[in-house]
Amino acid sequence: MNASPEPVAEAAVTKQRNQFDFAWWWDRVGILMVLILLVVLMSIFAPNFNRVDNLLNIARSISVNAILAAGLTFVILTGGIDLSVGSIVAVSGVVAVIAAIEGVPAPVAVVIGMAVGGACGLVNGVLTAYLALAPFIVTLGTMTFLRGLAYTITNGQPIVSSDLNFKDLGNGYLLGIPVPVIAMAAVFLVAWFVLERTRYGRHVYAVGGNAQAARLAGVQVNRIILSVYVVAGICAGLAGVIFAARVISAQPTAGTGYELDAIAAVVLGGTSLVGGRGRIVGTLIGAVILGVLTTGLILLNVQFFTQLLIKGVVIILAVAIDSLKQRPELLSVLFGRGQGPSKG
Amino acid sequence: MDKPLLELSGITKRFGATLALNDVRLDLRAGEVHALMGENGAGKSTLMKILSGNIQRDAGSILIDGQPVEIRTPRDARAQGIAIIHQELNTVPAMTVAENLSLGQEPRNRFGMLDRGRVLRDAREKLARIHADIDPTKPLGSLGIGMQQMVEIARAVSENARVLVLDEPTAALSRAEAQELYAVVNRMRAEGVGLIYISHRMEEVWQLADRITVFRDGGYVGTGTRGEMSEADVVRMMVGRSIGDLYRHDPRAPGEVVLDVKDIQATGLGPASFQVRAGEVVSMSGLVGSGRTELARLVFGADRRSGGKVLVNGRPSNPADPSKAIADGLAMVPEDRKGQGLFLDHSVERNISISSLDQFVSGEVVRDGAVRKAVLEQMERLRLRKNAIDLPTRALSGGNQQKAALARWLLRDSPVMILDEPTRGVDIGAKREIYELIDALARAGKAILVISSDLPEAIGIADRVLVVRGGRIVKELQAHEASEENVMRYAVGAGANHQTSNPGTQP
Repeated sequence: MNASPEPVAEAAVTKQRNQFDFAWWWDRVGILMVLILLVVLMSIFAPNFNRVDNLLNIARSISVNAILAAGLTFVILTGGIDLSVGSIVAVSGVVAVIAAIEGVPAPVAVVIGMAVGGACGLVNGVLTAYLALAPFIVTLGTMTFLRGLAYTITNGQPIVSSDLNFKDLGNGYLLGIPVPVIAMAAVFLVAWFVLERTRYGRHVYAVGGNAQAARLAGVQVNRIILSVYVVAGICAGLAGVIFAARVISAQPTAGTGYELDAIAAVVLGGTSLVGGRGRIVGTLIGAVILGVLTTGLILLNVQFFTQLLIKGVVIILAVAIDSLKQRPELLSVLFGRGQGPSKG
Repeated sequence: MDKPLLELSGITKRFGATLALNDVRLDLRAGEVHALMGENGAGKSTLMKILSGNIQRDAGSILIDGQPVEIRTPRDARAQGIAIIHQELNTVPAMTVAENLSLGQEPRNRFGMLDRGRVLRDAREKLARIHADIDPTKPLGSLGIGMQQMVEIARAVSENARVLVLDEPTAALSRAEAQELYAVVNRMRAEGVGLIYISHRMEEVWQLADRITVFRDGGYVGTGTRGEMSEADVVRMMVGRSIGDLYRHDPRAPGEVVLDVKDIQATGLGPASFQVRAGEVVSMSGLVGSGRTELARLVFGADRRSGGKVLVNGRPSNPADPSKAIADGLAMVPEDRKGQGLFLDHSVERNISISSLDQFVSGEVVRDGAVRKAVLEQMERLRLRKNAIDLPTRALSGGNQQKAALARWLLRDSPVMILDEPTRGVDIGAKREIYELIDALARAGKAILVISSDLPEAIGIADRVLVVRGGRIVKELQAHEASEENVMRYAVGAGANHQTSNPGTQP
């Protein structure tokens, strides 16, 4: 016998699926459609846009931001934020270059750079998880501190090393594909696997979805929170090493403002800043959109100032659509569907 | 007196393919308390949303004083003198009682500034009208839920509400708070207000209602005066079948001690000691704020304890964190299902599997197929619809959400289960299923500790009742010696006047 009376809300969900369910579609293909539209437009209007070497260039140019955004996705999924990743790019790049100059073999220098990033993330994580400080404030502090550290180590001057032993990480090719692009692909593959297929990934979503419930369900919430900042730090460390390799030098100003581009990529990709909702694939698409937009606008000879205007509008539009999907009543107002939603 | 104040007839509302309301009617006289009853999903809330102007009916008519009216927005409803007190209160906790009472209609002095003196005077007057003894200068959030509700009622009354709808007003109230609410309800009835009272609690309906209307599955079943109907009649009308006795009475045979709690304490709590045996259901009873939930949280490691021991099957469990307690064999379904129990945006599958992933991983990788299979098994056991597995938990009804919360621990198969208010906000059909489940779990050898504010439930499902007051266990009663009066006497403390000993009602 049917023991559970049919609640109206459940019926409403089915109802929406039958009609055109904007939120459902936007969640799955919305942002991808935006990317495809953008690519089509660029191919038509921008000369040479869809040449293979240009596309590879775009891929290489977005790799640093995409890797930062991948790490940041973990943090934002738990409902946190990390503003320090741009500064970590500088510190880890500086340390890796100095290590290489001191004669450390290339792979070790790269690992040192990533470890430095991880250590910075550990500080963020400890302060956020165990001292229960607001991550926005903590990472605002470490952002400033680490930038100062990068200046202090380098005395404010770039350290150029023309025979940098890991410079292939930024400039080399493997089977015709730029090495940074391969690194980016590897990072996203691992991140996707971890978030979608592992217990750890499910715990990350749980902490962002409802931290109190996660704790009572047996998730070690503090440990998860600590770990996501370490993940973001390691990613930022890798991004920093790649950036240093690309410019064949240690720049104390490296990565300035990158945290905001990375956050933009994550949010464009549909990850909620409140936590608990989002996909790593979305982050990749978000980063690609930003890259395509930048390169395309350059190819179209759009002035730098105007580029910024356009990028700003795109980011706000994407977030607005995302928030509309959370509030169907606004949508029905916009599209004149008559009365509001019928929540049960 | 006999002409209806409010008359709803032929009301029909469709959501997509679902007929949420089908030709229902309800009439309300001035000076009457009219109870509206029905299981979750029966259509009570939908009708109230139509009455409050939050949604529009597809068909039917609304008459006030015999005149047809249109209610398109909440503002229309207020203009017609209709006020609704929802389960979720519609107030601002950070503002004072007085500020809340003048919200949206703040009096201004001749300089156009907020007239603070009048805000306070008005508030006193509004509170006095319902005889509520509340200090209007206190922040609303510092009051108990019951008092906050009073403030909202005072606001409704001050807007000259002639029709007042109370949607499960006592769901979160202690006994003493509920008594105060009943007094206010009676006073308003005497003043000629018509009250629609939605409740799942049979005893309060019997205490308050002049007439009772029952809905089932979106349809009107019947109306009768309290004198014409028995509780059994109403239950039969609600479920469409005779539900029989809610509680089983054939004795269980408790086995070894599984949960052994010795002198656990923390600031303001304990020391408390008790045991729960395999195959036994023990309930913790006491007033809201007596420390029942807090004691359970200490056992579960959700809060830090300053002393004492917990043994599970003879092995010490000294958790610094619930994850350790869970590994030791404990499970807890918290009272606040939405805030602390569930991940409302996540799928039912994620919600149920979250605590048992260790059983379904190879290394760290989750075996998705195995998880789904196991989750479906538990859903079937609890009679949750299979196709709900990928729905966000938010989309389920209260009863089904509670089943999902329970399923999490059924999947884990924990030997000790702590269930805090397992049937709050759950309709009578789901309630019965949950009782059956608790009984079946006990018979399968689980040790079960239930916390319940519903006294008949606390006594009816348990083998023993622990009465908690002031963070301590003041009395242990065997099932056969526990009666509602008996438990209440210990819960309020012998000789004490429980109206004033309840922390929620301190002036």
